[in-house]
Amino acid sequence: MNRFSGVDYLDLDPFLDDEERLIRDTVRAFVDDKIKPIIEECHREGTFPLQVVPELAQLNLFGASIDDYGLPGLKGTAYGLIMQELERGDSGLRSMVSVQSSLVMYPIYTFGSQEQKDRWIPALASGEAIGCFGLTEPDFGSNPGGMRTTARRDGNEWVLNGAKQWITNGTLSAVAVVWAKTEDGIRGFLVENGTPGFTSSDQHGKFSLRASVTSELGFQDCRIPVNNILPKTEGLKNALMCLNQARYGIAWGGLGAAMECYHTALEYAKERLQFGGQPIASHQLVQDKLVWMVTEISKGQLLALQLARLKDEGRLRHFHVSMGKRNNVWVARECAKLAREILGANGIVDDYPVIRHMLNIESVYTYEGTHDIHGLVIGERVTGIPAYNPPAAKAAARQDAVVDPVSNRR
Amino acid sequence: MKIGVCIKQVPDTEARLRPSASGQWIDEEEIPFAINEGDEYAIEEAISIAEQTGGEVVVVTVGPERAREALRKALAVGAHRAVHLADEAYAGGDCWATARALAAVANRESFDLILTGSQSADVGFGTTGTLLASMLGWPHAWLVVGLEVADGSAKVTREMEAGKNELLQIGLPAVVEVQAGINKPRYASLKGIMQAKRKEVAELSPADLELDPSQVGAAGSRLEFLSVSVPPKGEGAQILEGDTAEVATQLVDKLRTEARVL
Ligand SMILES: Cc1cc2nc3c(=O)[nH]c(=O)nc-3n(C[C@H](O)[C@H](O)[C@H](O)COP(=O)(O)OP(=O)(O)OC[C@H]3O[C@@H](n4cnc5c(N)ncnc54)[C@H](O)[C@@H]3O)c2cc1C
Repeated sequence: MNRFSGVDYLDLDPFLDDEERLIRDTVRAFVDDKIKPIIEECHREGTFPLQVVPELAQLNLFGASIDDYGLPGLKGTAYGLIMQELERGDSGLRSMVSVQSSLVMYPIYTFGSQEQKDRWIPALASGEAIGCFGLTEPDFGSNPGGMRTTARRDGNEWVLNGAKQWITNGTLSAVAVVWAKTEDGIRGFLVENGTPGFTSSDQHGKFSLRASVTSELGFQDCRIPVNNILPKTEGLKNALMCLNQARYGIAWGGLGAAMECYHTALEYAKERLQFGGQPIASHQLVQDKLVWMVTEISKGQLLALQLARLKDEGRLRHFHVSMGKRNNVWVARECAKLAREILGANGIVDDYPVIRHMLNIESVYTYEGTHDIHGLVIGERVTGIPAYNPPAAKAAARQDAVVDPVSNRR
Repeated sequence: MKIGVCIKQVPDTEARLRPSASGQWIDEEEIPFAINEGDEYAIEEAISIAEQTGGEVVVVTVGPERAREALRKALAVGAHRAVHLADEAYAGGDCWATARALAAVANRESFDLILTGSQSADVGFGTTGTLLASMLGWPHAWLVVGLEVADGSAKVTREMEAGKNELLQIGLPAVVEVQAGINKPRYASLKGIMQAKRKEVAELSPADLELDPSQVGAAGSRLEFLSVSVPPKGEGAQILEGDTAEVATQLVDKLRTEARVL
């Protein structure tokens, strides 16, 4: 099969600058050389390829948008292109890097004390430490504001109680960014692996994102030093700011998964001969599928590039990001499905990357705000009416102190 | 130690090539270009020597504006600065004219060592480095698979026939033409890519190098491309069908009875 050379129907490449192209091509080559040869095996075994962490760090893929501690300080497009290429390899790989960068390094850098930053940013950047982000709980996913995990101040310590679920990188982590309710609202805390009362275990039986570690975290009278609170966190909105960073990356990542499926289907359709030795690409029905894919990918690229421009100008709002995440992950999901059809029986085996992407994308469709929740964010933006918590449900749920998950409005 | 690395930007090995309208070269429209593979190893070798011994790595290329991308990549990986011979006058040069231009850069820079790939993936003459060494009056080694630099000389391992290597000692300055596989080229880091923007790329004209335009490019060449063409489809190609074991049996049979090479 031909090496992946990008999907650029609209001739967007010349609009990227030299650094952006070189960054993309570097990560692309890395993924082709180092990830693609091992990823199906990781997916089968259900393991994350920990051995590539030092190389990911050498490439500066952890914390790439931070412009401090010797990190590259990438702008929106370059950062997005990295996510695209990583997710073209595997959504699990991109998830690991997204969590480390957007959900761990970003909050420590943005809401942490000088001491916390000095201790953790270099360690996380070099891959010596892996981090995780614990927001979701068994009973609170789309509505994290209802969380039950609490942090109580006791002298020089905070005491954490509760449980987090579906936590990417959980058991790999040296440090967990944990969100918990205090007397003055939701705050972020740093909990180190090995702290008494802190337990983690992997979730098994996943059919999706198998090359990523997903864990449960437990806190039972878990005492952490008072200085382990992220001092600049004030509420759920800070957790949502982290998610906005990560979701921005997913808007690009979805394109990567979609591109891989499209590229595989296109190459396959040109080579697979049926009915009188004709390539299946010569059939109008097959072309229609390829056309759908390349058109939606191209539209998704325009959307992602506009998000990047807004981000660089400091004008990117959460409802913009919602459209990017929702649309581009949906495009990836549809492309995976169409590509699978085009590959016929070969579409269900892991000799080709399509079925893996198809399975992976189910996680991406759900995490970081489900497709429908992002629909509600856009719906609220255009109608002015928040519809997350309809009146009938509101009365029943009042005791949960429901907070709208994305805009943080009551 | 000042190390010059001569690199060439060539069509990506996966590009689909077509002869140009004139029939004398390929159509360069819409094809991706990349650093010649052998030169990637030369860059890595130079950077790791400079890391160990201290010193400067200068990448040099003769090529049009687009070749700037190849230089940038070398800078991103760790070269310190670049020299770009992009003037129209250099265009269309053969290995002789190109070596002449590179020799002028080497004289101007006083390199202690020049590294380059053993051949380019496009025309594949494998002579530019050798001509460069002879113009400079330096020793050189071709098809080098191992290099150790110490105290004004270099130990080079050359690949011979039948899996044998030879080990030579040559005095510096020298031109060393490396073979793919001599090392593992590193990836540029994102930080390196961002820093490459600020590194110097000097564009030098023939006049800057005290050369007459007639000495370089097409005018200074001794070799002319008459035509390029796609080789005719081979006749008698056979496609064996069946599972791996069946195909292997058939293949061995054919190699024995038809091709008689076994
Ligand atoms: C592989 C994986 C990794 C993850 N990693 C992390 C992580 O690192 N950290 C972390 O904190 N979390 C993580 N998550 C959790 C993820 O963010 C949640 O699964 C997600 O927020 C959805 O929550 P839920 O699964 O509880 O679904 P629910 O909230 O129960 O939603 C179920 C369904 O109901 C719909 N729904 C819910 N509310 C509404 C409404 N108001 N209107 C209309 N429809 C609604 C949803 O759209 C969805 O279709 C991960 C999840 C997965 C699968």
